[in-house]
Amino acid sequence: MPQTLFDKIWDAHLVAPRADGRELIYIDRHVLHELHAPHAFEQLHKQGRPVRRPDLTFSMQDHTVATQPGRDDNTNPSGAAFLRAMREGSRRNGIRLFDISDPEQGICHVVAPELGMVLPGATHAVPDSHASTVGGLGALAFGCGTSELAHILATQVMALKRPKRMLIRLEGSLPAHVGAKDVALRLIGDLGVSGARGYAVEYAGAAVGAMSIEARMTLCNLNIEMGGRSGFVAPDESVFSWLAGQPFAPVGAMWDCALAHWRTLKSDAGARFDREHVLDTSALEPQVTWGTNPSQVLGISARVPDPGAAADGRRPVLESALVYMGLAPGMALADLPVNRVFIGSCTNSRLSDLQAAAAIVRGRHVAEGVIAMVVPGSTSVKRAAEAAGLDRIFRDAGFFWGESGCSMCAGGNGDRGVPGERCISTTNRNFEHRQGSNVRTHLASPQTAAASAIAGRIADVRQLGSL
Amino acid sequence: MMQPFETHTGIAVPLIADDINTDQIAPVAAMRSLKPDYKALLFMRARRRDDGSADESFVLNQPQFRNPGILVTGHNFGAGSSREAAVWGMLANNIRVIVARSFADIYRENCLQNGLLPIVLSPSDAQAFEQRVIAVDGAAPFTVDLRAQRISGPGGGDIAFDIPATDRIRLLEGLDDIGLTLKHVEEIASWERRTAADQPWLQVARDCRA
Repeated sequence: MPQTLFDKIWDAHLVAPRADGRELIYIDRHVLHELHAPHAFEQLHKQGRPVRRPDLTFSMQDHTVATQPGRDDNTNPSGAAFLRAMREGSRRNGIRLFDISDPEQGICHVVAPELGMVLPGATHAVPDSHASTVGGLGALAFGCGTSELAHILATQVMALKRPKRMLIRLEGSLPAHVGAKDVALRLIGDLGVSGARGYAVEYAGAAVGAMSIEARMTLCNLNIEMGGRSGFVAPDESVFSWLAGQPFAPVGAMWDCALAHWRTLKSDAGARFDREHVLDTSALEPQVTWGTNPSQVLGISARVPDPGAAADGRRPVLESALVYMGLAPGMALADLPVNRVFIGSCTNSRLSDLQAAAAIVRGRHVAEGVIAMVVPGSTSVKRAAEAAGLDRIFRDAGFFWGESGCSMCAGGNGDRGVPGERCISTTNRNFEHRQGSNVRTHLASPQTAAASAIAGRIADVRQLGSL
Repeated sequence: MMQPFETHTGIAVPLIADDINTDQIAPVAAMRSLKPDYKALLFMRARRRDDGSADESFVLNQPQFRNPGILVTGHNFGAGSSREAAVWGMLANNIRVIVARSFADIYRENCLQNGLLPIVLSPSDAQAFEQRVIAVDGAAPFTVDLRAQRISGPGGGDIAFDIPATDRIRLLEGLDDIGLTLKHVEEIASWERRTAADQPWLQVARDCRA
């Protein structure tokens, strides 16, 4: 019977059905971060349980690290205890830690793939809902909580129920200045914030095939924003060349064997999915969220919706989003003044994101009164960007150029906006108060964020001439 | 170790809204220490006005709901981050049952891991139960009996609920999830041996520069 790629990977990692009917799925790579791992380390320590496979586990410092140049443990005072607990727990359990001063430190979802810890057809777990970022390389990833994290440390497996399968086909081409972020936001808008709940999502189609590996990671990163725990793209030759030579990727004869296997990783023709969804991206506009969840999103030329036109049940939600966001029905999204711009996070902080933003910013300046920040996703990305002169472009334009970390995505490191600010952000959640008390977040692509920083208002990057 | 769940009796709090996310339930800003005050952290934002005073219009601040036991809410409860503090905050407030129209996947798993019973009723029962909870307005408690799979309380007859048998047993017995899995340790070791032979790159994560 024809099989989906999801089922092939799942079956290959099925260790045993557990007594209670759950399935034990082996986790090939487990990547931790300091906001949640310390609690799991403490739990295992109390129970006297060892970590089964420290050699398949990696620790990152990302959520609470400061982004100021010259930072140390205490630059963000509330992060210090997390950083130290992570250091101690990793040391005690023999887990390699990418510490705050490591030349390869960064956001777990950025560092793991760029160092080759993520492999096609492998399973991957992170105690973070954006784990499926690495699905861009054809890995099957699961975000998890702290108890599950402790469970994986102790057993190297997860006890799961098999999800259903969804296929999202992205047809057509991508217009200029429209990228993976815009596609993902449109999908969330179309399917809703729980549209993929209970499904593992495979992204396929011409538009996905044409995407760079980094763009595919952006696409898979946002899978959880429509409720899907796992989302991935079947690996192709571009993935294999991207991986070749990375520090933790296999080498020599093992690489050759792996490559031969990876080339078989695809859904069979005729494989059955529980749900299919098709989006033609050919006419897609740059997308910007207007509300307080990622499904409240519109094309840049659209106007703020009128709750009065919505069904009765939906009206209060829309009204409350408009109040929080300080918007009125019928306002044009483009032209809303912005106070703050953030380019970064596991969604959009890889080198290609920074290149796309820099191409817009080059030779221009951030509008007066606007605070604009770029926070690279890893110290490696930062170094590569600096080698290409991107930091100069951003700095000359008036952007803050930070050290790597999660930064303003969730504000766990103290990088937050001030009340009432309107912030355009390349992150993944526009939830109320997430980026600071009463901060109004609009999610968008790096290009749109960059253009908006220059214009001082939400801007259509396709109309740069009129900035 | 997880506390077994047999029955739980408490005031049912109506927080009828969809898509309540973990940033609302347990804001990152409240997690600035390794051991934050989980009781105070729950819905911290909604509990206070911008000037810091208590917002009496928020349901958990109303006198009749000061000692909650059961939360009643809408679709997709617990969307967003995987942070388990969003469950620990419930337990710290003695909320051991959440009756929602539906749950976000990771949040539901986090509930099960901590002995918090997530219940989804049929749409008609859910609507009836919500109306009863609103009508009684905290004046009398409801009891949730997991063994009998029933909710009883003021305003009507018992309401039956479904829950997968595996989740029910795990909660009833307060099973140690890791212990349950470690019964399969031989099968885990055997999977590792087989994979080390068939797909050795999966069993090795070495820095080839080292």
